[in-house]
Amino acid sequence: MSEDVSRRQFFVWLGVVLNSLAALILATPVIGYLLAPLLRAEGGQYRQWIDLGELDEFPEGQTRLAKYKNPISNAWDGDTDNIPCWVRRLQGETFQVFAVNCAHLGCPVRWFPQSGLFMCPCHGGVYYRDGSRASGPPPRGLFQYPYKIEGGRLMIQGGELPTLASPSASLNKRSQECQG
Amino acid sequence: MSRLAKIGGWFEQRLKIAPVLEETMGHRVPSKSASWFYVFGSAALTVFIVQIFTGIMLALIYVPSAGQAWDSLQYLNHGVTLGWYLRAVHGWGSNFMVAIVLIHMVQVALFGAYKYPRELTWIVGVFLLLMTLGMAFTGQVMRFDQDAYWGLGIGASICGRVPLIGKWVVHLLLGGPIIAGDTLSRFFAFHVFVIPGLLIAFVSVHLLMVLKLGINEWPMPGRLIRRSTYVQEYEEMTRKDGVPFVPVAVWKDMIFTSVVIGCVLVCAAVYGPYGPSGIPDPTIVQTVPKPDFFFQWLYALLAFLPPQMETPALLIGPVVILAWLILLPFFAGEGEKSWKRRPIAVVIILLAAVSLGTLTHLAGYTPWSPIMDAWSGDPVPVQYLNGRTPLERQGAAIFQEKQCRNCHSIGGSGGMRGPSLDSVAVRKTNAQLVRQVVQGGGNMPAYGKNLNPAEVAALVSFLDTLHPPNQPPARDAAAQISDQSDHFATGSGKQ
Repeated sequence: MSEDVSRRQFFVWLGVVLNSLAALILATPVIGYLLAPLLRAEGGQYRQWIDLGELDEFPEGQTRLAKYKNPISNAWDGDTDNIPCWVRRLQGETFQVFAVNCAHLGCPVRWFPQSGLFMCPCHGGVYYRDGSRASGPPPRGLFQYPYKIEGGRLMIQGGELPTLASPSASLNKRSQECQG
Repeated sequence: MSRLAKIGGWFEQRLKIAPVLEETMGHRVPSKSASWFYVFGSAALTVFIVQIFTGIMLALIYVPSAGQAWDSLQYLNHGVTLGWYLRAVHGWGSNFMVAIVLIHMVQVALFGAYKYPRELTWIVGVFLLLMTLGMAFTGQVMRFDQDAYWGLGIGASICGRVPLIGKWVVHLLLGGPIIAGDTLSRFFAFHVFVIPGLLIAFVSVHLLMVLKLGINEWPMPGRLIRRSTYVQEYEEMTRKDGVPFVPVAVWKDMIFTSVVIGCVLVCAAVYGPYGPSGIPDPTIVQTVPKPDFFFQWLYALLAFLPPQMETPALLIGPVVILAWLILLPFFAGEGEKSWKRRPIAVVIILLAAVSLGTLTHLAGYTPWSPIMDAWSGDPVPVQYLNGRTPLERQGAAIFQEKQCRNCHSIGGSGGMRGPSLDSVAVRKTNAQLVRQVVQGGGNMPAYGKNLNPAEVAALVSFLDTLHPPNQPPARDAAAQISDQSDHFATGSGKQ
C-alpha cells in the first residue's frame, strides 16, 4: 500500500517537473523577445550617420532648426520619425548640433536668436547659444550630437532619444563642463 | 411566475450559486458601518466598470499605431456617431476614478481600516492605487498627441536618471532607442491588457477580503484593537448589532454610485473629450507640453526641486513612500482606530492633501516657465512710455526684443519666472541693474554677450523709470557723496 502511494507521489512530482520544464522552455523565448530592445541597444546599430544637408543651408553665426528622418524607422511610426535638432554654425566647418530635448526632462527647447538663448517651456530651463546651462533646473548643458563634414554636407550621429543615460550625454560631458 | 421559478431552479440545480449569493449579499455588517462614509470603494469599482465598458467601445475604432492613432481619434471625435461622447466619458471617468480611489484611501486611513486583520486588504489597495495611476499615465499616451509624445519624453528622461542601468530602462520603456511606433504599441498593450487584467485580479482579491474579514467597524475613540481579541470582538459586534448588507447598507452605495456616474456623464457632456492636441510630430517645437490633471502635482514638483536633489528625489522618493504605505499596517497594526485620537495620521493626510492641492494649483499657471510669446505678444503699457526720453523708449524696445518679457512681467502681463519689474527701480540702483543685466545671477542668464554697452545703457535707463509715481527710485547713497561716482548718482537721482 505504502509503495503504491509513493509511486503516485513520484508521478505527481514527475508532472511538476515536466510542466516546469515546459514553462522554462516557453519562458526563454518570451524573455528574449521582451529584452529585444536591449539586445538591439547593445549592438548600437541604431546610431548612424545622418545627412542634415549642404553646409550652405547653415549660415555662419546662426542657429537653425534642422530635421531628419530617424535612421531606423518603420512604416507605422508616422510623424514620430521626424526628428529635429538645433544646428549652430560657428564658422567654417565648426559646428555645434544640439538635441532639442532639454537636459532636464526632455521637453523641446526653443531658440531665441534676439537674446541668444534656448528656453524650455516646461520647467524654465535656459541655455546660452553654446548650449551651456544658463539657468533653471537642467543638471547640465544641452545634449550634442557628434558631427562630421563629408563632401560638403553636414552629418550627425543620431538615432536615439538623448537622456542623461544615453551615449550622447556622456560623449559631450567634458566639453560641456568647460563651457559651464 | 411558477415557470420563471422552474427555470431558475433548473439553473440553480447546476450552478449551486444561491448560497454564495445569500452569503455575499446578506453578510452582516456592523450597523454603524452602514454609513455614507463607506460608499467610496463601491463607487470606485463602478467607475472602473464604466472605464472597462467605454474602453472596449473606443477600442472598436481606435488604431494603436503611432502613424494613425491621432487620425483615428479625430475620426472618433468627428466621424463616429457619439464617438466624442464615449471618449469624453472615458476621459472624465479616469479623472473621477483617480479622485475617488484617493478619497477612498483617505477614508480607510482615517478610520484605521488597514489595522489587524485587514493589512493585506490595504496592501492590495496600495497596488490598486499604483495600477490606477498606471492606467492614467498609459491612457494619456493613448491620446497620441504632442502632450503624449513629450510626456513620454519626460518619462524616458526620468528613467534615464537611474544609475548604471538607466539606458536599458529607457530602451525597455520606449521599446527602442527613441519614441516611435513600438512605443505606442507597448503602451497600448499595457493600457488594454496588462494593467486592466491585474486590476481585475487585484480588485477581486480586495473584495473577497472585505467579504471574508468583514467591513471595518465604525471606529470609537478609546476602543483599542488587539490581535488577541479583535476577531472575537468583531464577530460579537456583528452578531449583536449587525445588519444585512442588502438592503440596509447597499442603498447608500447605490445612490452615491449613481451620483458619481451622473457627474461623469454630465462633465463628459458639458466639457467634452480631451484633445487630442497637436499631431505628435517632434519637429513642431512650438509646443508647451503639459501632463494631465493627475500628474500635474509631479510636474510642479519637478520645477521646484533643486537640480542636485532631483535625481535622488525622483528615484528614492517613490520607493520610500511605497515602502511606508506597505509597511504601515505592520508598525501601526494595533491600537486606536479613531481619527479623533490619531493626530499624526490626520496631520500627514492634511499635509499630503495641501501639498498635492497646492502643487496642482501652481501647475495651473506654471509660474516657473517662461511665456514663450510674451515678448512679441504683450505690449509695453502706454503709461510706461508716455513722456519718456528717446533713450528710455529705446530701452523699452530692447526689453521686448531681447525676450526679457518672457520671464519678467510688467503691467501685469508677461512671464513669472523672474520678479515683476513694475517697481524694479525702487529695489535696485542704476549700477545694480547694470550688473544684474550684464552678469545675470539669481537664476537669471547673463546678457553681457547679447547686449552691447549702448543697449545696456538704454535698457537700464528704461528700467530706472519703473517705479510708482510717489516712490523715488533706489539711490546709491555712497555714490552721491562721492564726486567720482557722479555718473551713476545723476543716472538714478534725477528721475
